[in-house]
Amino acid sequence: MLAANQFFYRRLASPLHAARAGVGAWWTLALTASALVLFHPLVLLALLVAVLGAGCAAGVGRALRRTMRTAAIVAVPIVAVNVLVSRQGLTVFARLGDLGPFGQGDLTLEAAAYGAVIALKVTLLIVVTTVAALAVDPDELLRGLRRLSFRSALTASLSTRMIPLLAADAQRLAEAQRTRPGGAPEGPRARVALLGAVIGGSLDRAMDVAATLELRGFAAARRPARRRRPWSRHDIAFACSAIAVLMLAVVGRLTGAASFQAYPLLHAPVNTGTIALCAALIATVLLPFADRRGIQP
Amino acid sequence: MSAILSFDRVTYHYPGIEAPALDDISFEVQPGELCLLAGMSGQGKSTLLRATCGLVPHFHGGRFAGHVTLAGLNTREYGPARLGTVAGALFQDPETQLVTSSVRAELALSLESRGHSAAAVARGVEEVALALGIDALLDRSVHELSGGEQQRVALGAALAGRPPVILLDEPTSQLDPVAGDELIGLLRRLNQEWETTVLLAEHRLERCLSVADRVIALEAGRIACDGEPRTFLEWAARRAPALQTPGAKLFALAGLHPAPVGVRQARAILRAHDLLPEEARPQSSGSSVLASSAAGSSVLASGSAGTSARDPGLTQAHGHGSSPAETGGGSIAKALGRSRKSSAALRMRDVWHELRDGPAILRGINLSVEPGESVALMGRNGAGKSTLLRHAAGLLEPTRGRIERSGRVALMLQNPGDYFIHERVAEEASAEVLAEMRLAGLAERNPRDLSGGERQRLALAIVAGAALPISDLSPSVLALDEPTRGMDREAKAELAGELRRRADAGQAVVVATHDPEFAAACAARTVLLADGRVIADGPAGELLAGGWYFATETARILGGAGGALLPEQGAALLRAGRTLEAVA
Repeated sequence: MLAANQFFYRRLASPLHAARAGVGAWWTLALTASALVLFHPLVLLALLVAVLGAGCAAGVGRALRRTMRTAAIVAVPIVAVNVLVSRQGLTVFARLGDLGPFGQGDLTLEAAAYGAVIALKVTLLIVVTTVAALAVDPDELLRGLRRLSFRSALTASLSTRMIPLLAADAQRLAEAQRTRPGGAPEGPRARVALLGAVIGGSLDRAMDVAATLELRGFAAARRPARRRRPWSRHDIAFACSAIAVLMLAVVGRLTGAASFQAYPLLHAPVNTGTIALCAALIATVLLPFADRRGIQP
Repeated sequence: MSAILSFDRVTYHYPGIEAPALDDISFEVQPGELCLLAGMSGQGKSTLLRATCGLVPHFHGGRFAGHVTLAGLNTREYGPARLGTVAGALFQDPETQLVTSSVRAELALSLESRGHSAAAVARGVEEVALALGIDALLDRSVHELSGGEQQRVALGAALAGRPPVILLDEPTSQLDPVAGDELIGLLRRLNQEWETTVLLAEHRLERCLSVADRVIALEAGRIACDGEPRTFLEWAARRAPALQTPGAKLFALAGLHPAPVGVRQARAILRAHDLLPEEARPQSSGSSVLASSAAGSSVLASGSAGTSARDPGLTQAHGHGSSPAETGGGSIAKALGRSRKSSAALRMRDVWHELRDGPAILRGINLSVEPGESVALMGRNGAGKSTLLRHAAGLLEPTRGRIERSGRVALMLQNPGDYFIHERVAEEASAEVLAEMRLAGLAERNPRDLSGGERQRLALAIVAGAALPISDLSPSVLALDEPTRGMDREAKAELAGELRRRADAGQAVVVATHDPEFAAACAARTVLLADGRVIADGPAGELLAGGWYFATETARILGGAGGALLPEQGAALLRAGRTLEAVA
């Protein structure tokens, strides 16, 4: 349960947690968009460093370490598959000979580099999503969406609540099975039976939750009133950071400072503009964390 | 005065079940009443509460006859969403009643869903948080809350719209004695200050009888008794002894009248009759109050304690009449010698459990349990009881320290349903163990269809693995984590009897419990944990007699005199006192 809980929102003393959920979500969306727009590996690396730094500044660094391990599991196969299937590069570094229906097995540097860029983008998306999940209050975010569709937003909100509960249920069941004499039953039949028990327990729990929702007025739900609150220094800082990150990504793409071409020959120039873009991205992402006034929950 | 709640000839059948859950129920509740629902498990208390808030029949379906009117709203015409504006409900498991991730969002949800303005929502949240003392939790995630805090937040969510009626179904079953008393005190305050009408279903009546205005007892879905607490106790003494509070039982066994509805009244009556024994003084460590108290020794020596007037309560199950606290001499002697023996069934040496980037859950636990010894682990929620048992069973590894086991440690976790993975009872455990647990007749039933007590016995059969007498397959230690949650007094008595039988056969028994009455009935020794440390360890007769919270009602009434924990012991003490007085 403890391990599972590390991947759910907890209000911590950080500028990102102190910012309103809408702004936090907007900031992480800007990072996501930048990761999708940019292709230069050095710039993507700079963005990854910035996001990891932001995660540490937000107090979720330990969870990001785990996320990076998961991302590596995803990233390595991406590079490997791209090297094996891409035939567009010209710089061959290994020949596997005739692979029958797959043609000649020539492995190229360009395919490896392009695979690495895609893997870097995927890693960035995973890390940014983790930061968003850990540092942006889902209830507050979904509360805003409830004005559009109350029941859908509440159902989504409930899902975020149920995941740790179901994880705890699964852990409890596993523990109970371990305490049986001779350990947990093994074999496919036992696994099916265990799965049935998990599903049965989840349905029981779902019934209880549904009854609670009924009593809280879910069936008669009305559109909630708009809640106005003044913008804090952190709201402003992260909103500005999001705009600046987006602008840098667009400028980098348009000016060629982040230009990258994988095929047919690798072209990833590193010039002053590229270095400046990297530095600007890191500074823009991390600057809102410098102001730590009023961040206590 | 017009009633705020009325049941008019209500009969209800759950879908597909022939026997009615409610059978021709009629009663009225006036505004501002604090009404207690009593009854054994499965007699209709929860169904009655669900019928009050409209979940029966709107949510559960089934056949419904009669009329329930709540604050002028007929539940046939209005569903739970509308009825929820006039009645907040709090059920047993707080986890399933928290539907958002943060406390503030949870408290705001019902107000928002009913279309209150932003200012009204904010004000409602602040007010209910202040009223319940949970304002410091407002920005916390619900995942981080303890069981007691979750229960308070769930109560806050139910009260957020200031409904005139609050319905509670065993709200203290998962709380430690301190949190349980706090919750009952809170309900009393809501009732007295806001005139909130409270309908409370509870098994541990001794906790709340003194604050109730009225008790409705249910039997097989019908109202068997409806009256003031004293009337209820008189009825229970005649018709349903298992529903008697320990204090009432103490008085009945001692031949005293009237039955007291709380500790204060019991002490006042005893004082008026000059029967209040001299309170126990703190004993030197390891000394037995039962052995050292003059009154106590005379009671025990005479053999009268607990043997003359057995009841269906905690000390009668399976013919194992004497509780460990009564026959504690041998067990206590074992307990006293435990640290020097090398044959311990379980020994923990300086065991620590420290979370990475988190607190230490266990801090240097030294604990030794001998074969045949029965130990109750007590302490507040979060004190480390469950973690200690998980370490004992090898589910967790200590971050420091060592654990020695002479054999297998069987651990029964809190939810017996977690053990059931088959469709038939017969597949879950061997026929021999099922027969021993009196489950042989249920072999073809689905484990999930069993009653609470039967489920508990089946889970015990699964983890124990082998029938008595002790064999190579038997565990050397039987550990149970909160086994009495939601159980009625009769089922607890059965379980206590089974545990005593196993201890008598030589198994070490360790039970983590919040229920002092159950601890006194099944354990000879009590270990009190706080903040991951053992803060007290001694004979149950000493530890459970000397506190406000971790003490039985009998001990609180008698002020710990004579180390008497159970009504039988207390009654014998009172009778002996009266005899001495008469002789004098």
